[in-house]
Amino acid sequence: MRARWSLLLLLCAAAAAPAAPTVQHWRLAAGVPVYFVEARELPMVDIRLAFDAGSARDGEAKGLASLTARLLNEGAGGLDADELNRGFERHGAQFGAGVRRDFAVVSLRSLSRREALRASLENLGLLLEQADFPPAAFERERERMLVHIRQRQQSPGALADEALYAELFPGHPYASLPGGEEEAVAALRREDALAFYRRHYTAANVVAVLVGDLDRGQAEEIAAQLVERLGAGRALPELPPVAALDEARERRRDHPSTQTHILLGQVGLRISDEDRIAFFVGNHILGGGLLSRLFQEIRERRGLAYSVSSSFQALRQRGPFVIGMQTRNDQAALAAELLRAQLAEFISEGPTAEELKAAKSYLVGSFPLRVDSNGKMAEYLSWIGFYGLPPDYLQTFPRKIEKVSARQVRAAMDRYLDAQNMVTVMVGDLSADRAEPSPAP
Amino acid sequence: MSFPGARVPAAFLVLLFLAPVSAPAAVHEYRLDNGLKLIVKEDRRAPVACVQLWYKVGSSYEREGITGISHVLEHMMFQGTEKNPDNAFSRTVSRVGGRENAFTGRDYTAYYQLLERSRLPVGIALEADRMRNLILEEEAFATELEVVKEERRWRVEDSPVSYAYETGLSLAFRHSPYHHPVIGWMDDLDAMRIDDVRLWYRRWYAPNNAVLVVVGDVEPGEVLALAREHFGAFEALEPLPAVRSGVLEQQGRRRAVVKRPAQVPYLFLFYKAPSLPSAVRDAAVPYWEPYALEVLAGLLTGGESARLRSRLVRGQQVAASVSAGYNILARLPMLFSFSGTPARGRSVAELEEALQQEIQELRTELAGEDELRRVKAQAEASRWYELDSFYYQALVIGLLESVGLSWQVQEEYVERIREVTAEQVREVARKYLQDDVLTVVELEPLPLEAGAGRQRAAPEGGRHAR
Repeated sequence: MRARWSLLLLLCAAAAAPAAPTVQHWRLAAGVPVYFVEARELPMVDIRLAFDAGSARDGEAKGLASLTARLLNEGAGGLDADELNRGFERHGAQFGAGVRRDFAVVSLRSLSRREALRASLENLGLLLEQADFPPAAFERERERMLVHIRQRQQSPGALADEALYAELFPGHPYASLPGGEEEAVAALRREDALAFYRRHYTAANVVAVLVGDLDRGQAEEIAAQLVERLGAGRALPELPPVAALDEARERRRDHPSTQTHILLGQVGLRISDEDRIAFFVGNHILGGGLLSRLFQEIRERRGLAYSVSSSFQALRQRGPFVIGMQTRNDQAALAAELLRAQLAEFISEGPTAEELKAAKSYLVGSFPLRVDSNGKMAEYLSWIGFYGLPPDYLQTFPRKIEKVSARQVRAAMDRYLDAQNMVTVMVGDLSADRAEPSPAP
Repeated sequence: MSFPGARVPAAFLVLLFLAPVSAPAAVHEYRLDNGLKLIVKEDRRAPVACVQLWYKVGSSYEREGITGISHVLEHMMFQGTEKNPDNAFSRTVSRVGGRENAFTGRDYTAYYQLLERSRLPVGIALEADRMRNLILEEEAFATELEVVKEERRWRVEDSPVSYAYETGLSLAFRHSPYHHPVIGWMDDLDAMRIDDVRLWYRRWYAPNNAVLVVVGDVEPGEVLALAREHFGAFEALEPLPAVRSGVLEQQGRRRAVVKRPAQVPYLFLFYKAPSLPSAVRDAAVPYWEPYALEVLAGLLTGGESARLRSRLVRGQQVAASVSAGYNILARLPMLFSFSGTPARGRSVAELEEALQQEIQELRTELAGEDELRRVKAQAEASRWYELDSFYYQALVIGLLESVGLSWQVQEEYVERIREVTAEQVREVARKYLQDDVLTVVELEPLPLEAGAGRQRAAPEGGRHAR
């Protein structure tokens, strides 16, 4: 591939130019929000349940949310992992469970043929209602997580991420990677996972998304049946707020790699922040895609990196903003300075009229591509649903982009970012960098 | 399967088996006088068109000394023509709300754009322009080459598993063009010159060596008119040379240990195996064998309930991760492979032993009916799931055509998989999963000491400042 789209992209949006597909929205008796798009062309159904069960709910047990999600299909209602997974797979259905910072997603893709869908849904209901967390499976999956954590230690990119999040969110649940931390994972007990499951995988903490070959009646029925299998539960307390950084920090880590991975990070936005759209447009101009300032300066003009980008995740609380690249060890200091200079310039001057126009045409014009498949639509809706955004978000978001002014972009960038107060992470063979770092601009 | 002359009389109307309420997808195939093949598939589920232009050249067409040149050219294709200088290509696509990128493989180089349907003319005009009019300017090349080296560092040098994979492939394919990596050896990148790239471009980038695929909410007749308008005037190049297909002889197991700074060991088992295109060309290989190998892969690794996860991860707990893979669509004979990481406290040797036991069982015992049914149901469901993505539909068509098959092969895929018997699966296991054509590669972790990454001294001097 020519460029790595490091799209932290749940953050983007939907269809505009031609009308986006209609999203139907209702609440179940239990108050559970449901989002549904009817798509009859292909005989398939995508179901996603977004739970308030992300790694932000780990507490001190870094990795608990991940481990819990991994164990859902390890046994349920007395069926072992083989039986349970065969129940999906003999009909060609695909089950998945994944964890992000704010939420966990349980997904099912199945053919809509009656027999296939019924069997898959029965199976899904079973593990929502009574996942068994067999003791042997718990031990094994915990061990496998530890292997993954160890594997992270051989990847300079993963090490850089670890360091960045620890610096950006000290003492906050966002401080660790969803995959957890070695000591915490080693200390987890089966009871922890069981308790996490009972508390978080409940009707009070779920949003349901259905896309595909169903009519409204079937969608209502399926959503209701699945939610019935969940305990009622109680909503969870708000996450603690995240404080912005008010001083520059640096973390350097020696690693035997040929490249140094460089990250510049700062605490960014909440999903509810008014200027999120302006920031979104600004981030695109600064570091999103092949025409961004960073890409043009670092890669196209100077050939310093294969991949360079900026990205941000707006979360329930303020999430990360990250500029990242990797370059040959001996030019890392130079590269880090260039990144900082580009950022400083963009914050102080904002986008040109031309840049803003180009960004808008891309972001609005490419909307249909964000939801041009059932899979993408389901993914998108689980994000919209979990954050309680309006069901007509797909229509309104592009209109909001159209309205953003250069002044608003500059103000938003300036409000959250300060080139002097970034966290800088460098992971690589640091002794090989012979360039003389000059004082920061 | 190729139709010289203008266009195919009637468009193929492909009726997907079991199609419920959906309209049958219509696929239309044309060929321009200059040899450019055009395949259009209508899919009206979203107001989108995916354009992919596939050139039948990739790393397996390269000789030692210029490895990685197909991929470098792919990068240079974004560096401008007379009409669209510098990054005008990307700027134009972006302005109309399109997404674009490209990728290089062993057997092809492909360029794609995803566009809102009314923007199709823009995309096709741009793609035609760079088929024949690249500038290939010296300075842009020097910079882009540095980018490609950074890409190689990132993908291979600093990823112990990728490095071991690359080593294993070059050991397994000593005489096949699959011997070298797509991204090329670093020494070859260091030595590459703009003239090499110019020659490569002129030699391979021609209408008679390309397949244009368009999938989406489009009118086939209009797409054909656009293709004629923009590509029609290009001359066909003389027929391209046949590429030697590589000798697959191996008489005895090969083994390599790769030591790199790492935390976790890793194991690869590479068995030589025919691919579908190579089986089609080789009368000695029965047509069903590649499909039986595909089913074999499904038995082993098709999901959580498949053998490897069920038995090695969960049952014996000898693997932390494990999978099998079969390259059914390689142009030349390729591999049936196994890979994985031992569980904590277990060794690579134990993992290898466990895999050998599984292989032994496949060679001696028949798979169960339940298992086979599951694999076949998954194959059928996957065909439907694939139709969910414009990009993927175009990808499958382009890939099939690039390796010398027809796009129609995908229509019979499920049927062929259904026909596979337990005996045939055992037969291909016996024939291909045998020691004499096996290459074993093991990643042995070295301590992660800083400084170990400096095996290559950096060249003198800084960057070319501009």
